[in-house]
Amino acid sequence: MSPALLVFFVLAALAIIGALSLILQKHPIHSALSLIVVMVSLAGLYLLLGAEFVAAVQIIVYGGAIMVLFVFVIMLLNAGEEEHTDFSKLAKFGGLPLALALTGLLAAAMVHHAGSVPNPTNPDALARTSSISIMLFSTFVYPFELTSFLILVAIMGALVLAQREKS
Amino acid sequence: MNAVISFLTEPYGFWVLTVIKIVLLLVIVLTVNAYLTWFERKVVALMQSRVGPHRVGPHGLLQPAADGLKFLFKEDAMPDGVDKFVYLLAPFLALTLALASLAVIPFGPQPLPFKFFGHQIDLWITNPDIGLLVLFSITALGVYGVALAGWASNSKYPLLGGLRSSAQMVSYELSMTMSVVGVLLMANSFSLTDIISKQDSAKWGALSWNIFTFHGGFPQIVGFLCFFISAIAETNRVPFDLPEAEQELVAGFHTEYSSFKFAMFFIAEYTSMITVSSLCAILFFGGWNSPFPSAPIWNFTHYLPSVILLPFGLWVIFDGLKYETLFGKVVLPGVGTAIAALGAVLIAFPAVNNYIQGPFWLLSKIFFFLFFYVWARGTLPRFRYDQLMNIGWKLLVPVSIANVIFTAGFVLYRSPS
Repeated sequence: MSPALLVFFVLAALAIIGALSLILQKHPIHSALSLIVVMVSLAGLYLLLGAEFVAAVQIIVYGGAIMVLFVFVIMLLNAGEEEHTDFSKLAKFGGLPLALALTGLLAAAMVHHAGSVPNPTNPDALARTSSISIMLFSTFVYPFELTSFLILVAIMGALVLAQREKS
Repeated sequence: MNAVISFLTEPYGFWVLTVIKIVLLLVIVLTVNAYLTWFERKVVALMQSRVGPHRVGPHGLLQPAADGLKFLFKEDAMPDGVDKFVYLLAPFLALTLALASLAVIPFGPQPLPFKFFGHQIDLWITNPDIGLLVLFSITALGVYGVALAGWASNSKYPLLGGLRSSAQMVSYELSMTMSVVGVLLMANSFSLTDIISKQDSAKWGALSWNIFTFHGGFPQIVGFLCFFISAIAETNRVPFDLPEAEQELVAGFHTEYSSFKFAMFFIAEYTSMITVSSLCAILFFGGWNSPFPSAPIWNFTHYLPSVILLPFGLWVIFDGLKYETLFGKVVLPGVGTAIAALGAVLIAFPAVNNYIQGPFWLLSKIFFFLFFYVWARGTLPRFRYDQLMNIGWKLLVPVSIANVIFTAGFVLYRSPS
């Protein structure tokens, strides 16, 4: 097994364990910490693919900024432990079979196409920061600007909601 | 075959060399940390017309060792009702992340003149293309150490400290990241060594550093001010030390930590001070470039390290002889002789002298910014919480964005096509 493959399996295992722990933990802070583990392992996987910029941004934006806000809100509201309840009827008879079916479908698809997944043609050129920026500001400039606009709208919505009514 | 995979398949010699470098750097940084506390207490004492530590050893020089022993032997109390896992994780996280950020800082331009089993010995542990981004991602995660410590302690003062710290660090991270964009635009790279070499100029010397950029560029003095203020806030130091404000919060987020776990927070804070000082030196003050132009006529300035080391060594010898103790009579003169001998060696061997110019200037600049930290602590009062938020969001963020716009405009105007 090559070292890269070994690192991949370690990171993948970490990501899966983190994701499972995110769902199974009772305390919101522990769940948030598990989610950070998932984010950081994903960043490691990106790094393994040569996407240095994406990996760093994954940690800065998701691992840092967004998850800090999650943790901040959990701490501010002082959320306590959650109680685990039994499966609801809908989840038991509708959700569980559907989830199993989806897992089976994905697994089958992966096994079926295992040999024919093409390798990325030129990952190094795409991984560089400059090529990502050129792509963002040429090919994908409209989606990029629209997304920024969407975020602006969300911020304004939050401002309107947070503003106290004038008495 | 990308950079990461080729890095994973390096031969064993590379790994051994890297581990040796890491251990060396850790030993040096931890010692420097210890003496930084001594330095801080001495300087603040001088500013307040006090003597500072002077009981343990001459000039209180053994005080850091005494403090370290004290930390090790104190009872390690864990309060009731803490979240054990997170309580233990927090100091570990804070210390590991603070120390990890040192790995990408380059300390000198040339590799050592000899090789380690055929591997070149550079004066850095690693020099990734995205060096600055790596540093920022480590800083981004650094919030958790403080925030989680405050939450896990199950006590109201630490919780308030943790809340303040996470709000503060999220706010100031934005302006800190924004304020270096100007530097990145001019260097056209995230790599710290590239950023330093862009500030080198045979003609202008110090005036070609990123804060002045006489050799063609947009002066980053505004960017530097924004960066340094935000960085002080990120390291939770005076005047932004609200997460541990003694008068209001006992000791803030680390109130419930004792013994070595408290020391871990302490070491983390001082290590991040070193990282921030190195970043200021590298990004805005030319890194390892000498403030004098590199033209041959300025070569006499290469003797500056010797001019400082020789008299300092002699002074340490004579100062040590005044004391009756073993440390004063034997150790201090010994250290003084070593320092003076180093100064003499630098004069005798110009090759060695040339080699240490880069590290000498970088370390001097780092030392200056560390002094600035202490200076700020000795002079400035703490901000109020609303002032803190106003400075962050209403002053630093807009100003650093304006700096980005002006620098980008300048770079675009100057670009060839």
